[in-house]
Amino acid sequence: MAAQPRPSQLFRNLNAKIASIPMVLTALVVFVGGTVWTVVYSFTDSRLLPRLRFVGLEQYERLWSTERWLVSIENLAIYGILSLIFSLVIGFILAALLDQKIRFEDTFRTILLYPFALSFIVTGLVWQWILNPEFGVQSVVRGLGFDSFVFDPLYNADIVIYGLLIAGLWQGTGLVMCLMLAGLRGIDEDIWKAARVDGIPMWKTYLFVVIPMMRPVFITTLVIITSGIVKLYDLVVAQTGGGPGIASEVPAKYVYDFMFRAQNLGQGFAASTMMLLSVAIIVVPWAYLEFGGKRRV
Amino acid sequence: MSNPATLGPAVVGGAAVTRDTARGARPRRTLSRRNIMLYGTLIVISLYYLLPLYVMVVTSLKGMPEIRMGNIFAPPLEITFEPWVKAWAEACTGLNCDGLSRGFWNSVRITVPSVILSIAIASVNGYALANWRFKGSQVFFTILIFGAFIPYQVMLYPIVILLREMGVYGTLTGLVIVHTIFGMPILTLLFRNYFTSVPEELFKAARVDGAGFWGIYFKIMLPMALPIFVVAIILQVTGIWNDFLFGVVYTRPDVYPMTVQLNNIVNSVQGVKEYNVNMAATILTGLVPLTIYFISGKLFVRGIAAGAVKG
Repeated sequence: MAAQPRPSQLFRNLNAKIASIPMVLTALVVFVGGTVWTVVYSFTDSRLLPRLRFVGLEQYERLWSTERWLVSIENLAIYGILSLIFSLVIGFILAALLDQKIRFEDTFRTILLYPFALSFIVTGLVWQWILNPEFGVQSVVRGLGFDSFVFDPLYNADIVIYGLLIAGLWQGTGLVMCLMLAGLRGIDEDIWKAARVDGIPMWKTYLFVVIPMMRPVFITTLVIITSGIVKLYDLVVAQTGGGPGIASEVPAKYVYDFMFRAQNLGQGFAASTMMLLSVAIIVVPWAYLEFGGKRRV
Repeated sequence: MSNPATLGPAVVGGAAVTRDTARGARPRRTLSRRNIMLYGTLIVISLYYLLPLYVMVVTSLKGMPEIRMGNIFAPPLEITFEPWVKAWAEACTGLNCDGLSRGFWNSVRITVPSVILSIAIASVNGYALANWRFKGSQVFFTILIFGAFIPYQVMLYPIVILLREMGVYGTLTGLVIVHTIFGMPILTLLFRNYFTSVPEELFKAARVDGAGFWGIYFKIMLPMALPIFVVAIILQVTGIWNDFLFGVVYTRPDVYPMTVQLNNIVNSVQGVKEYNVNMAATILTGLVPLTIYFISGKLFVRGIAAGAVKG
């Protein structure tokens, strides 16, 4: 009798364990296994096919001395920082506007969020068309009489990244707005009453009371936007194809091109490992703060 | 519809604008400076967000001569549906000239099984995690959630190898598996959070009555969780339909999903650029997620909020 419960350890919740097999496989084989595999092979000289001939950091040295990679990193940095700042600011302002107990709130929210339902490919192609210098905004403004008006971000290597930014913000700010709006709705009504009683102007209440209270929402949004920015790929492929020249290349595109086009797997692995590293730098401290902190409470 | 900035008291171009202006001005009781500013700002911003959609539709309804002559914001003088027909049935990618319809049906054949499979697996998973915890289940769940942050690029090639070993690399089946894998973190989180919120007494009562793992799932949890299933379906259909990276990596040209085919049609270097056909093709590709978005309304918002904000 006493021995009875012992062997049941493995078979306890057997159905639950069977049901969890896909999750366990995905977590272990694909996420952990795949990541480790790529990191290991980034130290090899794999070209057309992966092979385990270790060459130390050679792939990384080559990566960081490749012009195209440096341009990609610079682009991602500019795009990332600007996109982060603008989407947080615009998203918050839009949310604050919608939070004024306005009429037709649903209509406005529907309009501001619909681009988020569209793919980056569709987004990129529409903005490629709108920013087309021959027919788009530039030609329309010139048609109004400003003959020397120049606005061709997609054909000017110096500003092409801002062309991408315009499209990216159009697509993504709706999401930030929704997250912020949820955060604003979570603020206690009494805070507003107290601020009004004390005669504090609205913008000051937002800046010094509400925003600090929404810190968790901001942090979550930050993490979501950042992990999305690192993946930036479809938009570039659709809108500029990385051009003009290599002016709008991004790391994710570098990875794809080297893995599946240039048949230089080692470079692709090294580049993707760098992407992983940059995400880890952001996500790990956040997770530590978020989950590590909770456990202590 | 000219410039949003000229949208003053009565300077109005298109029909849509007229309605919007009327909307902003109606509540005369509260026609304060604050409200004019508020609604004015919102309307201008809304017009900006609507502009690309408007340009897409307008361009797709014009003939090429009119596009070359006129400006992209002008409504079509002569409406033609030829670009739509051409985009759907005749546009060329590489050697195939049967239009976007091929990509559309590929996307349907990818999306439907992917959505069903990923939701079926993730809901059972979430249920097991919420109600049938076993040793180690939380560890795997944590890994799964962290996996959601790993850039896909890191896992692209190992999955190519896995699919090749399984003999499904380059096929729709392979892509369905990939979508199921990458949909798992967010969906499992969604379902786990929902099932955790179900009162435990209900679960215990069912246990006492002798219901097992699957019995409780199918008889109690599944019917209760229908709204969450709808949210998950919305999330997955839009996500999978809009995917580009996995489509381009894991399929061959004849089974390319719609987004990949669209990109190939529009960004092909050979031939004369037919902007009206391109825009018609673009709308066609965006139509499925847009329809879901407009029909689902608040549920879509709930979906992305659930997807974005943990817990």
